[in-house]
Amino acid sequence: MPKGKKFVGEPIPRVEDHRLITGRSQYVDDIVRPRMAYAAILRSIYAHARVKAVHVENARRAPGVIAVFTGEDVREAIGPVPVASRLPDLKVPKHPVLAVEKVHYVGEPIAVVVAEDRYLARDAVDLIEVEYEPLEAVVDPERAIAEGAPIIHEEFGTNVAFVWQLSGGDIERAFREADLVVSQRMVNQRLIPVAMEPRGVVAEYLPGEGQLTVWTSTQIPHLLRTQLAAMLRLAENRVRVIAPEVGGGFGSKLNVYAEEALVGYLAMRLGRPIKWIETRRENFLSTIHGRGQIAEVEAAVKRDGTVLGLRYKIIQDVGAYHQLLTPAIPTLTGLMATGPYKIPNLHVQVIGAFTNKMATDAYRGAGRPEATYLLERMMDRIAGELGLDPVEVRMRNFPQPEEFPFPTASGLAYDSGNYQQALRRALEIVGYEGLRQEQQQLRQQGRYLGIGISTYVEICALGPSPALPAGGWESATVRVEPTGKITVLTGASPHGQGQETSFAQIVADELGVELADVRVVHGDTAIVQYGIGTFGSRATAVGGTAVYGALQKVKEKATRLAAHLLGEENVANVAFEDGCFFLKDNPERRVTFQEVALAAYLAKSLPPGMEPGLEATYFFEPSNFTFPFGAHIAVVEVDPETGDVQFRRYVAVDDCGRVINPLLVDGQVHGGIVQSLGQALLEEAVYDENGQLVTGELTEYAIPKATDVPWLETDRMETPSPVNPLGVKGVGEAGTIAATPAIVNAVLDAVAPFGVRHLDMPLKPEKIWRAIRGA
Amino acid sequence: MIPTAFEYFRPTNLSEALALLEQYKDEAKLLAGGHSLIPMMKLRLAQPQYLIDLGGVKELSYIRESGDHLLIGAMTRHVDVETSEVLRQRCPLLTETARRIGDAQVRNMGTIGGSLAHADPAADYPAAILALGAELRAVSIQGERWIRAEDFFVDMLTTALAPEEILVEVKVPALGPRTGTAYVKVAQKASGFALCGVAVVLTVDPNGVCQDVAVGVTGVASKAYRARAVEDALRGRALDASAIADASAKAAEGVDPLEDLHASAEYRAHLARVWSRRAIEQARASI
Ligand SMILES: Cc1cc2nc3c(=O)[nH]c(=O)nc-3n(C[C@H](O)[C@H](O)[C@H](O)COP(=O)(O)OP(=O)(O)OC[C@H]3O[C@@H](n4cnc5c(N)ncnc54)[C@H](O)[C@@H]3O)c2cc1C
Repeated sequence: MPKGKKFVGEPIPRVEDHRLITGRSQYVDDIVRPRMAYAAILRSIYAHARVKAVHVENARRAPGVIAVFTGEDVREAIGPVPVASRLPDLKVPKHPVLAVEKVHYVGEPIAVVVAEDRYLARDAVDLIEVEYEPLEAVVDPERAIAEGAPIIHEEFGTNVAFVWQLSGGDIERAFREADLVVSQRMVNQRLIPVAMEPRGVVAEYLPGEGQLTVWTSTQIPHLLRTQLAAMLRLAENRVRVIAPEVGGGFGSKLNVYAEEALVGYLAMRLGRPIKWIETRRENFLSTIHGRGQIAEVEAAVKRDGTVLGLRYKIIQDVGAYHQLLTPAIPTLTGLMATGPYKIPNLHVQVIGAFTNKMATDAYRGAGRPEATYLLERMMDRIAGELGLDPVEVRMRNFPQPEEFPFPTASGLAYDSGNYQQALRRALEIVGYEGLRQEQQQLRQQGRYLGIGISTYVEICALGPSPALPAGGWESATVRVEPTGKITVLTGASPHGQGQETSFAQIVADELGVELADVRVVHGDTAIVQYGIGTFGSRATAVGGTAVYGALQKVKEKATRLAAHLLGEENVANVAFEDGCFFLKDNPERRVTFQEVALAAYLAKSLPPGMEPGLEATYFFEPSNFTFPFGAHIAVVEVDPETGDVQFRRYVAVDDCGRVINPLLVDGQVHGGIVQSLGQALLEEAVYDENGQLVTGELTEYAIPKATDVPWLETDRMETPSPVNPLGVKGVGEAGTIAATPAIVNAVLDAVAPFGVRHLDMPLKPEKIWRAIRGA
Repeated sequence: MIPTAFEYFRPTNLSEALALLEQYKDEAKLLAGGHSLIPMMKLRLAQPQYLIDLGGVKELSYIRESGDHLLIGAMTRHVDVETSEVLRQRCPLLTETARRIGDAQVRNMGTIGGSLAHADPAADYPAAILALGAELRAVSIQGERWIRAEDFFVDMLTTALAPEEILVEVKVPALGPRTGTAYVKVAQKASGFALCGVAVVLTVDPNGVCQDVAVGVTGVASKAYRARAVEDALRGRALDASAIADASAKAAEGVDPLEDLHASAEYRAHLARVWSRRAIEQARASI
């Protein structure tokens, strides 16, 4: 190993990329098993209907069909789709994998066909006849919880799924003492995650071993295994879940889906491997959606811009059922409701509303983009009402750097931060003063420049176990093979984030080996010790720390063995550098890491009591969340004649703690900003009044294309987190959290001269044009 | 996303293709680039029993000069139009239009014949084809006929072609003297098709007076149309900004604009007016 060579902090290209770019990775659909049959699912065409009968005879007789099952056929055999988050008085409707008696959203599975190939399976689906009795659909969440709305789950007598509240300080007093109350109703529209790879499942049952193997495109193989075992009434150690290459998740695969249990059941029942691959249309209809919040926000403010308190009334569009984490998502909005500001008084109320639509759940950012959007829009509204610069209002309300760990009104303790510095840096990069002058000049010429600021803090590294339904730790095994090569088994389940690279960087530095000597393995419950998975910007901060912990154990043992091999009694006299152990008082006496590894396995001469082998497992339990922060500034120009928005600049200053690999961090920030741009300007899941998903295709639902994306000027700060020894905070969601309000604020700043104060997303040209014209 | 079963033919010359079409008529579909037809088949919106792939009919893929006209074979891919040196010199409106279609993958597969025969109301080519006053040659086992562009587009996804006819060639005039062209497009952000696309062919006399102008508009109505009111208002007038603006204000006259999730009828009509003006200005600047 070359002297002093370090990998952490270096922009190392991803080791994953070669196989991904050359098409050599294995996704679920690439998996082929002997005698495999194919499943296709009949889904409800009504948003709300009674199912009087399902006639499957013609489908059963169709060419190549092996079996057809309805909800009645499997209701005893397969347990309900689970929800892991519990809120007080949460209404949990029964959620069968195939509908019985009633359907509650368009796309709800009703029956499944298994046939010799996917074409025959799909053809036979058309031969199933369902007798529906359509019921009035409830699409609008506000209507759903209003008097007289049709009830979706009759057993509850209401469409209110939950009411959740959070208070801090004295909110009544804040409003009494306010000079001014600024209020705004805002919508975080429903979004569709649109991972490039749709979901898919292959299941195979080995009757001899009594083992069910399920390959599925998931972010949480171990949690899924536990749930599948329960749904299928199998022992957990008889279920093996494998997440092969996963083509994006964004939270949409942080779940337990009906199809995962159903396909597993079919494999056992029919004694053949079964494959089901979701079509894009199914992906739109029946993979979770994100956001879907209507909020009324009130701010109690002083004339100088000090915000005394915030009151939120939020209606969360739940959809027809809870998926795994549905009710938890808006609670994250509540927890982050004071954002990066010192706002001592807070009240948040969230009402969850059942609607005849697909469930909402975690979508990149999961509750935090909603919070940041609401608050950053409010900051601009407050600035507008008081005639202050948006920068001034933000600066006025930031906590000082010496106030960290900073306690929030929502009960969190922000670990570390310097919010002023991030904003100042972004302002400097963008040339804020100059832009404001240019804006004035352009307005004289009838051109409309807008500058939008968003300062944010996010809650990451989810999280301490008490805060998460299934534990918030992460696990890692570092296995040094006899040849000195290193295998890392991580309980995290990366699916595009690049931890095969960043974890290898951590290992290479700690053990003084080359990157190529390290292999990071994940996503197979038969190989990897129990783990939690990848979501909530946790993989590096929690999973990476677990790797680091296991490395310390390995190093400790290797050092003791090295001392023994060097004939040194005093272990403290052994140092380790650049892949070699040597005596501090006699550096010529040395043994390489590889030699120590081999000696550990040959076990000819071990210190008394030492076990052979060289590997260690570490479960890391974080003591707190981490709180990355930053400032984003968008500069746009609006064409007043058409409402078209063009980007001029986009500046992002992010502080995600210590950076393991700047390329990966930039990649995460870029992707996040692009998804934000989608929410700000383009995307919206639109259901019509009958509950039909109008934006059910990529030709109707606009995700950002490369040509929509401006040049992104990214810069960063590194304020290490005290929460973990790596100092890492997490960056998977920062862009998505920060950018949406920056872009919306920019557009609204541009059209401010027309008297437009607020518009709900997506800010499509026609909407802007109408607002300008109406003004 | 999985089509129904069909039988597949790949003829290697036009007469073979015509014979197959004559045999199966309505139950058959011609397959060109497949970029409109295959998505519809996957969604089961089209369920042809027989598919006649024109991909093997090489004689339909060409760009030729013929006096003061240019001839383009129906199977010519968008990318070949986009990158044709002859067209860039002599009919830049077509290269400019082709460049705005979809993305590289679409342009590598899609064909001019397929696009025109499909008659998507938001496709790009129809605007240019109308503005150019193109003529389209259709053949069947019975013989051939020429169809004027304006007669070709009947309604949404409907053309003047009979089921047994194949569109084989597009004939467009070469760029005349003192003539400029432009194609401008506002894309529907999800599909990339036109919410509004305007193609202009503008000829100016030596005194700066509009000698002739043709304006084709796509994406706005159930079929692409010639904005005759704009043309009539501009022809014979000095091409100053106000004349162009006044004429462009008539860009949606007499049409019934589409209305959907992506744009209201009112906004589409507004776009037609604004972008007609901008396209005419751009065409003038290109002379
Ligand atoms: C993602 C995507 C984006 C796109 N974006 C755009 C865009 O921005 N602008 C745009 O204009 N288009 C766009 N398209 C459509 C694309 O240009 C298509 O290729 C084109 O519309 C159809 O041409 P094709 O050769 O693919 O025809 P096909 O799909 O093969 O055929 C279309 C129809 O025409 C018939 N047909 C084909 N050839 C003939 C013939 N010679 N005679 C008679 N009938 C025939 C077929 O039977 C079929 O009914 C897009 C398509 C996709 C998939």
